[in-house]
Amino acid sequence: MPEYKLKINGEVKTVNTDADTPLLWVLRDELGLTGTKFGCGKGLCGSCTVLINDEAERSCSVEVSKLQDKEILTIEGLARDREHPIFKSWIEFEASQCGYCQPGQIMTVLSLFNKHGKPSDADIETALTGVLCRCGTYPRIKKAVDQLFENRG
Amino acid sequence: MKRRDFIKIVSLSGGGLILAGFVPSVFAGNDSNGNNFQGDDPDKKGVFAPGVFVRIDSTGLVTIIVAKSEMGQGVYTALPMIVAEELDVDWEKIVIQQAPAGKEFGSQTTGGSTSVRFSFDNLRKAGATARMMLISAAALVWKTEGSNLYTENGFVIDRISGKKLSYGELVDTASGLPVPSDVKLKDPKDYKLIGKKTHRKDTPPKIYGTALFGIDVKLPGMLYAAVKRNPLAGLGFNSYDFADAMKVNGVVDFAEISGKIAVIAKSTWQAFKAAEKIAVDWQKGPANEMSTQKLREFCISKLDEPMEVIKSEGKSRSEIDKNLKMIQADFELPYLAHAPIEPMNCTAEFKDGKMEIWAPTQNPQGVRKSVAQLLKLSEDDVRVNVTFMGGGFGRRLASDFALEAAEISYKIKKPVKVTWTREDDMRHGIYRPFSFHRLRGAVNNDGGIEFFGHHVISSSIWGQQSGNNPSPKDAGIAEGTTEIPYKTAGFHIEGTTVRNHVPLAYWRSVFHSQNPFAVESFIDELAHSAGADPLEFRIKNLHNNPRLLHVIKRAAELSDWGSKRPDGTGVGIAVFEGYDSYCAEVAEVTAAGARIKVNKFWGVIDCGLVVNPDTVEAQMEGAIIFALTAALKGKITFSNGTVDQSNYDDYPVLSYDECPAIQIEIVSSSEKVGGVGEVGIAACAPALCNAVFAASGKRMRVLPLNG
Repeated sequence: MPEYKLKINGEVKTVNTDADTPLLWVLRDELGLTGTKFGCGKGLCGSCTVLINDEAERSCSVEVSKLQDKEILTIEGLARDREHPIFKSWIEFEASQCGYCQPGQIMTVLSLFNKHGKPSDADIETALTGVLCRCGTYPRIKKAVDQLFENRG
Repeated sequence: MKRRDFIKIVSLSGGGLILAGFVPSVFAGNDSNGNNFQGDDPDKKGVFAPGVFVRIDSTGLVTIIVAKSEMGQGVYTALPMIVAEELDVDWEKIVIQQAPAGKEFGSQTTGGSTSVRFSFDNLRKAGATARMMLISAAALVWKTEGSNLYTENGFVIDRISGKKLSYGELVDTASGLPVPSDVKLKDPKDYKLIGKKTHRKDTPPKIYGTALFGIDVKLPGMLYAAVKRNPLAGLGFNSYDFADAMKVNGVVDFAEISGKIAVIAKSTWQAFKAAEKIAVDWQKGPANEMSTQKLREFCISKLDEPMEVIKSEGKSRSEIDKNLKMIQADFELPYLAHAPIEPMNCTAEFKDGKMEIWAPTQNPQGVRKSVAQLLKLSEDDVRVNVTFMGGGFGRRLASDFALEAAEISYKIKKPVKVTWTREDDMRHGIYRPFSFHRLRGAVNNDGGIEFFGHHVISSSIWGQQSGNNPSPKDAGIAEGTTEIPYKTAGFHIEGTTVRNHVPLAYWRSVFHSQNPFAVESFIDELAHSAGADPLEFRIKNLHNNPRLLHVIKRAAELSDWGSKRPDGTGVGIAVFEGYDSYCAEVAEVTAAGARIKVNKFWGVIDCGLVVNPDTVEAQMEGAIIFALTAALKGKITFSNGTVDQSNYDDYPVLSYDECPAIQIEIVSSSEKVGGVGEVGIAACAPALCNAVFAASGKRMRVLPLNG
């Protein structure tokens, strides 16, 4: 099996895996980074969202062989800073229920947070519409996100 | 502190405490600090364990055991709040652990909106018992009367001298004391925690990505399995060819399990790839002829046939004054999948004659029992650890996914995790039954309901699961039809059950997800047939039911019911009583041609005394969104006996941009604790469709609306 060097959460990780293995399964099965979740395998639910070069991407739909020299950030990388404003806002509004989709929601919001001063409502809606939640936490995610960007001014 | 032997106490499900030589189980799973733990054996250090729900160690660390499954509804917070309230401990300093399957915990089934409702008294006693024993211990140490002592934030304090001892310092003494049979519970007016909006203990580990869900379990030496199942539920295979699958990198083995074929590999991805390459000749059967279209035609043909009477009161239909207008309407609801975002999965390890399972299950005791039965093991040799789960909604009450993992591990003698693809989950699920409804009714000249008739056709979930063939009256299909909140001069309920091969499931609120849709939609139709306002009509005809009346009035006030709205925009109301709770919902929609935009939902719930108002509000929001998904989009259909849908593209769920604004009000109450999780479901679809009628004049009697 070919060997790949991946830059994940600021560290270089070496994995030996099939070239067509989606990043999702490299993270979960090879590297033990299980905060990134499997939901649909087809880029339909967004639970597996990570940042690749600061863009929110569906890790179930990116093959490991396409990731050389790219910077990958997962929920575990973000959570090294437990004081990150996204986490604080999520806790304040209790945006999580079962919690399974939340890493994908948070990484999606992070891509906006890292990019814009203050994204438009349409930007937020477009980004979050791709991340499904079955418990129905959308109203609280909306409150958490609205406050997150309001605080930033 | 000196180590000593501890008296272990088992709490019986009835709430009584007995002394026993019980050694607490070795727990595995999540704690609320975000640690995944295994083998935290309370015997290793000095612990005071009065009953199975509370442990206090010599450092004063209080561990509260949750024996229900946390699937998003907040039991990891609400249940410990009840214990902590009576125990008088610092909420910030407690740790919560998940119980494995065990008879000592009472029923661990998480469903029926029962977790807080049925655990409340027992958990209060658990906390109060520990507190009382700590007071007795302090009285012994200080050689004083217990009546001089009180507790606060993890300390016993002497009212007179002001001396203090922490719970941790009292662990040794308390462990040697007899367990009081009768304990005094707090007066609810003294509650400091119960009733206060409290942050969830499970949120931090979940948002940091450290929480252990079933799919995250990894054991040393574990292999990964995918399973091929006959698309025609209930049948197995004739033959299969594994040659191509064996060529996939990482594949190590395969196993036949109860009519299915499992492929075992070194990673999930390799197992998924290999499973697609197994060529199988599946068994076929008469169910191959089944389709949604044929089922529909059959049920419609049965609608007008007189069927078994389930309940009949007052005037019969033929006795109704012929001058009154008898209206009739048919309603239709499809099969539904639960489609939790975490697909079914389970991990099992069979070793030295014992089976250990890590399952995202709503029914750990059921998993234990069914695994033991399948593999002819003693239940004592089957251990079931409960993980967090990415949504349950009733799907994880079944044990099918756990049996697969157990059977594979049993055969290959290695630890294995079975993961279902989304397609497996959608096509090999267990489904909320379809239903057809014919309603008939008439309003008299006083605006009262002269006649209300309902014929429901559906399938019996428990009938199928138990292998019985219950009569319509006992089949469960009439849930929500026989007790409607309105006065009627004539009331007539009939039922017809249909049996087929489609595996059935309890789905959040069960038949309350369908029967109240027909009932509350038809009440609206009756109101309109009499030229009455649907809100006024409901209030006028309501039985004496002050709590339901109150939520109806509050929902009307919050939604500004009588106000003039723009053309094409309308509101609809529906009400529900069940699970010892009361609920009214109002929907506002704008209809533009065929397009329906849901603007807002108002929901008012009276669930008696509230433990954590924040999770009650979240459950109401979630229930409305879950039910709205079903009403707008949800539909599982069958062709050639097999499920047509496969993933979230053809079984869509409501997305962020489609979610309406939702406003929830919780009635302040000191009544008996009611259920919450399912309460918000029933009124959603009828409120929505009644609003569509108000907005467009069009009656929506077939769900989903966008189907």
